[in-house]
Parts: sequence; C-alpha cells; structure tokens
Amino acid sequence: MMDYGTLLQILDSTLRLATPLLLACLAGLYSERSGVFDIGLEGKMLTAAMCAGAVAYYTGSAWAGALAGIGGSLVFALIHGVTSITFRGNQLIAGVALNFLASGITVLTAQSLFGQGGRTPPLTGAARFGELTLPFAEALRPVPVIGPLYADVISGHSILVYAAFVIVALTWWVLYRTRYGLRLRAVGENPAAVDTAGVSVNRLRFSAVMITGVLCGLAGAYMATALQAGFGKEMTAGRGYIALAALIFAKWRPVQAMGACLLFGFFQALALRPDVVERVVHMKVPVPFLDALPYILTVLVLAGFVGKAIPPRAGGEPYVKER
Amino acid sequence: MKREGPGNTGEDMVATNGADAAFAIELKGISKAFGPVQANKDINIAVPKGTIHGIIGENGAGKSTLMSILYGFYKADSGQIFVNGALTPIPDSQSAIRAGIGMVFQHFKLVQNFSVLENIILGAEEGQMLNSSLAKARKELDRLARDYDLDVDPDALIEDLSVGHQQRVEILKALYRQADILILDEPTGVLTPDEADHLFRILKGLKDQGKTVILITHKLREIMEATDNVSVMRRGTMVATVKTAETSPEQLAELMVGRKVLLEVEKGVAKPGEVVLKVEDLRVRDEHKVERLKGVSFEIRAGEILGIAGVAGNGQTELMEALGGMIRATGRASLKGADLPLSGPGADGQSRRAAGIAHVPEDRHHHGLILDFTAWENMAFGYFNDPDYQKNALLMDNDALRDDTRKKMEKFDVRPPDCWLPAKSFSGGNQQKIVVAREIEQSPALLLIGQPTRGVDIGAIEFIHKQIIALRDAGAAILLVSVELDEIMSLSDRIAVMFDGRIMGFRDPETTDERELGLLMAGVTGKGEAA
Amino acid sequence: MDRLPRWADVALVPLVSLTLAAIISALVIIAIGQDPWEAITVMVEGSVMNAYGWGYTLYYATSFIFTGLAVTVAFHAGLFNIGGEGQAQLGGLGVALAVLFIPWPHWTLALLGASVGAALFGAAWAAIPAYLQAKRGSHIVITTIMFNYIAASLMIYMLVDVLRPPGKMDPATANFPPQAHLPRFNEIPGVNLIFETKVPANVTFFIALAMAVVVWLLLWRTRLGYQIRAFGKSESAARYAGINPTRIIMIAMLISGGLAGLMAINNVMGEAERLLGNSASGAGFIGIAVALMGRNHPVGVVLAALLFGFLFQGGAELGLWTKIPIELRTVVQGLVILFTGALDVMVRMLLTRIFALFRQPKLEAA
Repeated sequence: MMDYGTLLQILDSTLRLATPLLLACLAGLYSERSGVFDIGLEGKMLTAAMCAGAVAYYTGSAWAGALAGIGGSLVFALIHGVTSITFRGNQLIAGVALNFLASGITVLTAQSLFGQGGRTPPLTGAARFGELTLPFAEALRPVPVIGPLYADVISGHSILVYAAFVIVALTWWVLYRTRYGLRLRAVGENPAAVDTAGVSVNRLRFSAVMITGVLCGLAGAYMATALQAGFGKEMTAGRGYIALAALIFAKWRPVQAMGACLLFGFFQALALRPDVVERVVHMKVPVPFLDALPYILTVLVLAGFVGKAIPPRAGGEPYVKER
Repeated sequence: MKREGPGNTGEDMVATNGADAAFAIELKGISKAFGPVQANKDINIAVPKGTIHGIIGENGAGKSTLMSILYGFYKADSGQIFVNGALTPIPDSQSAIRAGIGMVFQHFKLVQNFSVLENIILGAEEGQMLNSSLAKARKELDRLARDYDLDVDPDALIEDLSVGHQQRVEILKALYRQADILILDEPTGVLTPDEADHLFRILKGLKDQGKTVILITHKLREIMEATDNVSVMRRGTMVATVKTAETSPEQLAELMVGRKVLLEVEKGVAKPGEVVLKVEDLRVRDEHKVERLKGVSFEIRAGEILGIAGVAGNGQTELMEALGGMIRATGRASLKGADLPLSGPGADGQSRRAAGIAHVPEDRHHHGLILDFTAWENMAFGYFNDPDYQKNALLMDNDALRDDTRKKMEKFDVRPPDCWLPAKSFSGGNQQKIVVAREIEQSPALLLIGQPTRGVDIGAIEFIHKQIIALRDAGAAILLVSVELDEIMSLSDRIAVMFDGRIMGFRDPETTDERELGLLMAGVTGKGEAA
Repeated sequence: MDRLPRWADVALVPLVSLTLAAIISALVIIAIGQDPWEAITVMVEGSVMNAYGWGYTLYYATSFIFTGLAVTVAFHAGLFNIGGEGQAQLGGLGVALAVLFIPWPHWTLALLGASVGAALFGAAWAAIPAYLQAKRGSHIVITTIMFNYIAASLMIYMLVDVLRPPGKMDPATANFPPQAHLPRFNEIPGVNLIFETKVPANVTFFIALAMAVVVWLLLWRTRLGYQIRAFGKSESAARYAGINPTRIIMIAMLISGGLAGLMAINNVMGEAERLLGNSASGAGFIGIAVALMGRNHPVGVVLAALLFGFLFQGGAELGLWTKIPIELRTVVQGLVILFTGALDVMVRMLLTRIFALFRQPKLEAA
C-alpha cells in the first residue's frame, strides 16, 4: 500500500500538473461553447510560455511575464478568430496551422533573443511566481490527516494555481448566471436563434475566442514562470491536447472540466512515480500506459461507451444566414 | 394600441402618418434577387391593423423571402417598408424587434437544450445578470399564458417539447418582446390538425387583443378558416389582395397557380400493359417520428403515367425517396411481381437501379447531381457499376463514358455541349436535361420523376415532356410528381391527388378539371370516389 | 461574385498562398535579425545545387509523398485525417516486426514483406477512428489526434519494454539484418553515376512515385474512387445514388492509414535500418501541408512534397551554417497550412478582386 506521506506528495504534484491543463481547458470551453472548435490550444499555450519566460527574464517580474504571455496568446487567438469567423475558414485546419506556427516561432524568437538553443535563461526570484503559504498552514500541521493535507497539498502553490480554481467558479457563474453566458451557450448551439434575437453572432464568437486567448496565456505563463523556471522548446508537450481531451471528457462543462483536469493531472503525477503505482497495484504498469490514459478515456467517451459527449451543436461551422 | 374590430379590414382606407395609421405594415415596391433568381418583384402590400392577413402562394413564390426582408434577415434590393404609417428601414432583426415586429420562422430558432424561459429572454435580457430577467420573464409568461391561451411549462427543455409547444414558445418569444405585428411562416407545416386548430384559436385571441397577424401558408383551408384578408403571390409577384369573405378556395387556387400558357403535349392514347409497380400501405416517418406518409397504395402499369398532384410537402417527396431507396419505409412494394425491400439491405439506390428503377429526383442540386463533378462524371452518377462504363475488372472506361455522355448531350440538346464542364456551370434547364438524359436513357421499367421542369425554361420543358411521353410509349411505367398542376394535367394518364400523407382520390385527366383537383389538394372531399 | 478562371484556381491560388507564406517567413527572418536573402541562398545551395543535397531532399520528399497522399485520399472522402503521424509510427512497427522476425532471403522480398506490414499496421491504426466516425459519429479529427498520442505511448512501450535488445540502453530495436538493406541512390547502378556519396534517398522514392500513380488511378479511374469522391462532395447525393457511407468511410480511411504507414519503409527500413522512437518525426503532420498545397491531387502532392523536401533539407542547412534555427521550417509549414487550408477564402477573394479590376476596362472598351 501507499503511505499517507506519498499520497500527499502525489496529490501535491497532481495540483501542480493539473493547473495548466485546467486553464487551457477552461480556455477551450469558451471558444468551443461559442461554436468555434479550437485544436490550437497547444500553440497558444506555447506562445504564451515563450513570451512570459522572455519578458519575465528581462523585467525580473513574473507578473509582467504573465501579461506578456496573455498578449502573445491573444495575437494567436486573433488570427484564429479572423480566419474562422471573419473569413469563415476551416476552424480545425486553422488550429493545426497555429500549432505549427507557434512551435517554430517560439524557438526562433527565444534563440534570437538568448542564443541558448531555443530556451530562455533560467528564471530566478521575482521572475517566477513564488509559492504562497496559506494562513495557519504551519499551525494546523499537527492536526491529524487534515493538517498535513492542508499544509502540504492545499497550501504552498503559486497564485496561478489558486487563480485557476477561482476561474472555474467564475466560469460557472458567467456561463449559468449572466446574460453573456446565456448568449454564449446559445450561439454555440444555434447561432440562428441568437441572430434572430438581434444579437451579433460574430461579435459574440470573437469575444469568446479572445477569452480563450487570455486563459491560454495564463496557462502558458504558468508553465514558464511557475511550474518550471523558464521557457524550453516544446515545453507544453501536448498539454493543449490533453486539455482538449479533458474538455470533451467534461462534456464542455466547467466544474466537470475541473474534475477531468484533476484526474488527468493525477495520471501525470502517477506517471512520475511508477514505483508507487507498482506497489499499489502489485504489478508493473508501463509508464506510457499512464501517459496514454487520458487519450484512451477520451476516445471511449467520444465513442459513447462512457456517457455520450455531444459537442455544441453548431461547433465547427461558420455561421451563414439562412431562413 | 388602438383596437379595431374583426371584419373592419380597412381595405379602402388610405395610409396616414402617425401612430393611428390604418395599416400596421405597408410594403412599397420591394424587389429582391438572389443571383439570377428574382425572388420578389416590385411587391406592394398593405396590412390593416388588428387583422389576420394571409399570404398564400406555391413553394418558391417568394412569400418567405418577403417576410424575411420585413424581419431584417435579408436586405431588399429596392423598396420601402412602412410600420404603422412611418417609413422604417429594417437593416437587421434588432430593428424589426424595435419596430414591434415578431417572427415565427418555419424552422424554429430555438436553442434545443435551453429551457423555455431561457429561450424567451435570449437577446431580451434585463441587465447583465440572469436571475432578475428570469424572474421577470416568469411573471410575464404567466400573464401571456392567461391572456392568449398559450400554456407552456417555463422550465421544460425545448427538446422535450412537442413541435406544437415549441411553436408556442416562438410566439411567446415575440410577445415577450412586445411585438404588435406577428409573422408566422408556414406555421402548420409541422403541426397535427389538432395543434393547428389550437394555433388558429391563439391567433384569433391575438387579433382580439389588437395584434396584427401575418400568416404565410400554401394551404387554402387555413386561409379560408383563419384570415380576414388574403394576398396571393405567384413567381415573385403579388397577384392580388382580396377579402377572404369575398373569395373562394377555387378562385385562390386559380390565382396561385395562374393561367399559364398551357403547354400542349402531343400524346397518343395510353396502352396500359401489365402492372409494373404495386405499392400497398406505404408509410414513412421522419427523424422526428412524425408520420409523413400515412399508408399509400396504388399501381402503375406498363406504358402508363401516374401523376401525383398536390401542394408541396404533403408526402410526395417521401413517396419518391422511399421508392428510390433513399429513405426507410414500411408497407409493401413490388416491381413486376418481385418484392422491393423498403428497409434493410436491398433498400438502397443501387439495388433499385439494378431492379430497373430510374429516378429523377425533385432536388437536382442536393441529390441528382454532384455539382463539382463534370458533366461526364455526372452521367455515371448512380450507374458507376454499369458494365458499359468498365474497361476491365479494375478500371472504369472513362472514354466510353465520355462518348456516351456526348451522345446523350447531343440527343437532349444540352448546351453548351461540353462534357468537361462541371455541372454547376450549366443553367438549371441544362442541368435538368443531364439528369433526365441519364435516367431516361437507361430504358428503365419504372421511372420516378419529381418536379421534372422546376426552374427549367420553356423550350426545355417541352423537350423534357416529349421524352417522358416517348418513354411511356416505349412501355415504361412512370410515376410523376409535380406541383405544377397543368404539367400533371397534360402528361398524366391517371392522376392521384395527395394531401397530408394520403391519396385523396384518383381522377381521369380527361374528365376532371383544375377546380376539382384544387379542392382535393386542399383536403376537401365533397363527392365520393368517382373515377 | 465572379468565378476565377480554372488555371488561376489550379495554379495561381496555391502560388499566391505560397508567396504570402514566403513573405511572412522573410519578415520573421528579418525580425530575428538575419538576412532572408542569405537564408534562401544557403537553402538552395544545400538542397538542390548538388547531388548530395538532392539525396536528402528526395529522401524527405519520399516520406512526404506518402503522408500527403494519405491526407489526400481521406480528404476526397470528406474526412480530415490528422492521424498520419500515429499511423506512420505504427507503420514503422509493422516494418520492424516484418523485418526482424522473418528471415528474408533478398531485399526485394524483404521490401515486399515490410510494405505489407507497414500498410497493415498503419491501416489498423486508422480503422478504429474510421469505425467510430462511421458507426457512432465520433468526430474523426479528435479521435485521430487522440490516436496520435496513444500511438506515441504505445511505441515508447514497445521500444523500451518489448523490442529493445537486452543490454542496450537506447529505446530502439536491434539493427535490421543486411538482407533487408534497401539500395540507396548511391548503390543503384546508373543512378550512382549522379549520386557518388552516401545519401539517405533510396528505392522507396520510386515506390512513392508509383503510389502517387496508383492513388491517381484509384481516385479518378476506378468505381471505388468515383464513389469516394462523390461521397466526399455530397453525402446527400451519395444517398440518392445508393453509395454506402459506412463502407466508403472505412475504405477511405484504411487506404489513408495504409499510405501513411507505408512511409515507414522509407525512413525506418531505408534510412535508419532499425526502429527508433518518434520515427515519423513530424512527417505525418507535414502530409497535411503537402496535401493542402498540392490541392489534393497526386501530381500536386508530389510537387508539394518536393517543395517541402527542399524546405526540410534547406532548413537543416540553415541550422548548420547560419544563425537561423532549423525550426524556421516549422514556421513555414504552419504558414502554408494557414494560407492554403484556412485562409483559402481570403486568397480567392483577393484574386477575384484583382481579376475584376483587369476585366472592367475591357468591358468599358466594348
């Protein structure tokens, strides 16, 4: 069996690893709920990570880095919006294109700025988001079970981790309690209903795509300035796609997205500790299997074997007026 | 809003400016073209306040286009819109809503997984937060339900509601936006007779409360039952506006169809042979489980043309598609005594063609042709397994196919006679000739032919008609579906009239007339089965 | 809006897209403080000005022809197969198993066996997404993405835990036996008069060209291809004609996956001569750019594959001899996909306006 200390370690890294997934997943939620499919989350995250890493290095401020990350990601979101909303291009192909563009341009930029093989120099001090110790963390530590959980797992993360979970609540509230959320959900299901109600479909979709840009920016900034100390080539390593998988797994709902991202983050944390897995299940589980688990689960969901994932009905289709 | 009593149609009133103008809506000189198609030509219409005004016309007459212009969905090429006597430009739906116009589209604009309440407030919310809007809407909905007999559960999801209830939500949406003028586009097309009756009661209630209702339909019965005045449209023009009380279904039918130049088709007497197609109790349900074909039975003999008359949307399309193997059906069908499977394996277009059934579909753009394919590629569409088009076991003989296409294009006078042109670059008439040539030249035992001359110029119409007769004289059985009554009259050897998924009766074209057929098409059966 | 003349549609639209991509790439190079002219000079000299460069350009192009054809066949059926990368990796597994576990007497037979293995494994990897699309409506773009990642994990597992020879550290299979060695261009009599030094381009290049012909025949000369294209253009019309959608989706995706898998005989059998991790190294994705650039026609695919071969070899040379990183080629790849695939409408609108400008004076003169 696994001792409590090990479990806490794994849960701690689960939170760390789930955060970029969660931010990217919520980012995708806005775009896809508005009817614009986005397989370019990966590219936006990567761009943001590079911008954040570089600016944080120059300014010595993680916050400036985060803003730069959001800016970089927004540029890509803008291209995606112009392509798939204004010119009614193929949303999926646009996403693929942006991912390649990001993959290349980040290395090109980082290399020309720093000449260190496409990475930024290591970030130190205020250039990284520090770990916040929550109130009473040390005082509560002696309390059995709950104390260590609070002090070691819940406390001690960067502010972006907490922000991600606040954004889950915020997204839920926006989606189900505000006018904007109602329209957003409607435009992804039936843009004609929104259009005939006198609301601009394109403007609504553009705003959603921009929010996607902001959240991907945070996800990328977290990668470069909190989870790791600087930008490295291809550092997102497919997280944009795992986030996409989590979004499908969660059936495009925010709270469930949090659950899916924590689950997938847990798999990632386990993949770092194959020794623990082996001890718990009493057999050798190949690490690649743990890596692939999020994708396998998503395929099962897509196939309708584990619940049915019905994407927003108007997703993927540019809106053209029709009677 | 000033209220006018029913019957006071204000026909001879003159529009004045100001809030107490006599007309809720006045359209002046509205024209709209989609590419080469003139959907509306110089339309003038005046709708008196507090009345139910019908707009009737055949499919494609331009009714829906006109109303979409009024709702700001399309922009007219020219013309003016007056609302309550004031010139009101309507560039978008928002402006229409502001002007007090509400529209219930033929295809509902509802978000399926939203509640009734959410659909109603969408776009008309009060402030940024939903809760207050929802609470207000709930109260308002309660009032509207009482005032207009529009009872709907505000928390039900749209996808769980019947079509009739969904339509009520659309009406409520318009009323919630304080619409004084309500446009309904073919509202009964999706309703059961009971639901339709309820709808008309609702509309009467709206009128009694001073609202103006514009009812677009192609069903004569509804016009006669529900409206105060009626405007008739034909081929993009406004033909007449009359008081409903002073007209008759026959007169309206005549106005709708129009006295077109009756194309004389030289046609010898039919010599019917053995029974080729036998259909018994054919039924089709659509994806919403609504029964579209409600037990149809008939026979067609060799050398005979059976024409199906009827207003579009009464089951003709389903009949053709079921026989053509495009959709599943129940019942029995046989071709020359051999069973035709109506579902499962063998109920597909390839099996039908192998059995000797050729099919000119009603919709050549979505079914009959691949518009991006060249003319010669289209000539093999559906017949790609034909041995004549194969070079060997692996490859098709495209040279033979092109030669064949050139011959058929010459015989059917397709212009330009270039088999390398993609189908989309031909005119409608020439596209149709390609389809007709492909199907007729297969020398089928049975030809299914739907709307053979829709969108086809006069010269081509005559030619296509001749080919159909020639095929009949060669001994084929032909099932002809057309919304053009004179086409049915001049081509058919026997006429069946369809209404609401059923055959209302069979008539002999020599002894019947348009009036009798028109009544049957409207679902009115006065006399017993004569023919 | 007026239609573009056919020649403009076929040739001008991709050329304009390519030019736009090139201009932006040049701006990127300037932005990182380098000289675009120098870049293009280095690229041309290193990839097409001598036999050695051609030996690499053609080697890359060979892989891209396969993956480009794979995307093309699926596209004609209206399916966007983004899973070429995973299918190509599985193809590599097929090659490795066929070559390592069957003692082939001669390279020709080994090539045949390896091809069958590559195509079968690639097709099998495409089969599940195809089935899920046809029968359960699962979006094939998403499932093929997922299958790319599942493939990557599967390959790591196979290489680390199953196929790695005992005592070896790197995740790779044993070297293939010499009987399975495919002749490279410098080993083929006649061709070696041009290619004097060792180059990776090998006989697979000719198989790739042959497959381009086969795909062309399939799509435009057979009943099956006719049905695939008809289904891809209009599903509703396909129903009228009695074309079975499930059958077409399955067959088109199996062919597509098989073609992507076949790529492995070039890189795994012809070049590396053992199976390494990440064997497809992005060629599956480049297939998307190649197919879009080549307008989904085998001739276009071959030309676009050559162009990308040049870009790949030239990009590698840039990495070696200039300060421009090798990743420039990924940027160009992204731009080409963006302009030819997603901003097609914009390019067309642009061209149509320009054509209209030239047309108007003529009308006025008449």
